[in-house]
Amino acid sequence: MDVIVCIKQVPDTEEIHKVRIDSEKHTLIRKGIKSIINPFDENALEEALRIKEKMGGTVTVLSMGPPQAEDALKKALAMGADQAILLSDLAFAGSDTLATSYTLSAAIKKIKRFDLILLGKQAIDGDTAQVGPGLAEWLHLSQITYARKIEIHDGRVRVERGLEDSFEVVETILPVLITVTKEINEPRYPSLRGLLRAKKEEVLVWTSQDLPLKASKIGLDGSATQVIDIFTPEVPSRGKIISGDIYQKVDKLIEKFKKEKLI
Amino acid sequence: MDFSLSEEQKMILEMVEELSQKEFAPLADEIASKGEFPQKNIEKLAKLDLFGVIIPQEFGGLEMGYLTWALIAEKISTACATTGLIFGANLLCIYPLLNFGTEEQKRKYLPPLAKGESLGAFALTEPEAGSDAGNVQTTVKREGDNYIMNGNKIFITNGGVADVYVVIASIEKKIGPRGLTAFIVEKNTPGFTFGQHFRKMGLEALPNVELIFENCPIPRENLLAKEKRGFRVAMQTFAAGRIGVGIGALGIAQAAFEKAKEYAKERVQFGQPISSFQAIRQILADMATQIEAARYLLYRAAWLLDQNKPFEKLASMGKLYASEVAMSVTIKAVQVLGGYGYTKDYPVERYMREAKLFEIIEGTSEIQRGVIARLILKEGEA
Repeated sequence: MDVIVCIKQVPDTEEIHKVRIDSEKHTLIRKGIKSIINPFDENALEEALRIKEKMGGTVTVLSMGPPQAEDALKKALAMGADQAILLSDLAFAGSDTLATSYTLSAAIKKIKRFDLILLGKQAIDGDTAQVGPGLAEWLHLSQITYARKIEIHDGRVRVERGLEDSFEVVETILPVLITVTKEINEPRYPSLRGLLRAKKEEVLVWTSQDLPLKASKIGLDGSATQVIDIFTPEVPSRGKIISGDIYQKVDKLIEKFKKEKLI
Repeated sequence: MDFSLSEEQKMILEMVEELSQKEFAPLADEIASKGEFPQKNIEKLAKLDLFGVIIPQEFGGLEMGYLTWALIAEKISTACATTGLIFGANLLCIYPLLNFGTEEQKRKYLPPLAKGESLGAFALTEPEAGSDAGNVQTTVKREGDNYIMNGNKIFITNGGVADVYVVIASIEKKIGPRGLTAFIVEKNTPGFTFGQHFRKMGLEALPNVELIFENCPIPRENLLAKEKRGFRVAMQTFAAGRIGVGIGALGIAQAAFEKAKEYAKERVQFGQPISSFQAIRQILADMATQIEAARYLLYRAAWLLDQNKPFEKLASMGKLYASEVAMSVTIKAVQVLGGYGYTKDYPVERYMREAKLFEIIEGTSEIQRGVIARLILKEGEA
């Protein structure tokens, strides 16, 4: 099994409150904010590593982003990936999900060999959940989204797809693209040995020149959507704190409900 | 003088910090109150190769030195002192094997210790031999291809759970310390059993047990160093171990300081956070200063050890200072948290109980002062 995992570097969830908005460029100012691998992508990587440990094969991690996204790929190598490729070029800047999935598809066409493509269900910064499905379309591949369990037997894959209040079991043949939820596994920490090995390994960097691309389909030109504004929503008025002992509080609350004709 | 960390050290610490804070810290209270050996934590450390930090590559380790070990142990101890001390006590087995073991002994015992498949312990203390380390009553006598060991050890950290023990016994009691001899004893050796588990003021999940040797046969090849070299093995192992114990104290002090700081910024009295009051600010400033001083005494001791330079004085200074800082910082942390600090709803009362142990184990503060005085008075003498 040769698995390709697409990962995105995102601001650390624990530091997300420090992210500021650039109101002119309509982007997030990430300077000084710690970056991590998008948590759902880490689940995708963990699943790929488990499949490799069980069935043999290789794990290739792929990411598109600025040069510092190399850190995310290094961590993926430390966790046990065999190869890491970064798509980095100023020409890719401003890509929306359409242009991003197109660029990733070009890289995967160049990699050629794969049985399975895994991604997180969505990125925690953009929250679109469009890159996975978009990539499958560009590659004319079957896709299964929101996987919480993956089983592979004899070239067939059986997936539990998490829905809001239930799950469905879907089966198809390889190759396939699957996006995963966090329920699927608990990602490992990189071991000491893994960290030291990753330190020595190179991340391959591919630019637009290295890929079979149409210039009109990448970056801002290739993007079907443009962000025209980005803002912090106004915080709704704060709740009221009712004081007193428990009996007084309940009485006051009931009174309030009656007044608002809620009961 | 270069205080910067290497890229490797930074990467490793980032991982250990995340592991410690996300996996160990949330369980520390439960581990302490239940008094259960934190097996899962130890398994996680093993899986991530953390037991192999010091051991040379040829014996399955990563050979990253004592300073890297100390940095890692500090992160672990800040999250969970119990786990930190188990990690530290393991060093007391690895160190003498590395420094006094034969090639065969190293080949046999170090690879599983590096992988965390086996855990180590060191046993000298007895009812009659603590600070007076030379007064060991456990004896061995030669019998064919074996040494036969008889006697009891107490308070042995990692006792019962450890698989490999470095045990100090006397081969000729009448010559005192000069008769001491070190042995490698495996768990499950006939005649080797475990007695009482000592109940303690804190760190209840840390195994401190009695070891009992009744006509216990130890194969000749398990003699560590030579006969009658045991006192030296013990003293040198203690010296290295003091860095580990000091680091454990440092971790607790750091954890207590962080809690006190966080609380002082949030707790509002007289209409403002108590961190705006001079009385509290002075306490926090002292805490931070003392912790930083303790940290660099210990880092320097570890660095000296890595450079193969005399490190005993700095190790004793670091252990002495860090454990007293931990005691003082944890007492003050309880004070900063006031009534809440005294409750079991906050961890600072636990830190205070835990800190006390560090002024006692691996040589009491008084013994450390004795060691330091002996070394400084000798300096400059021919």
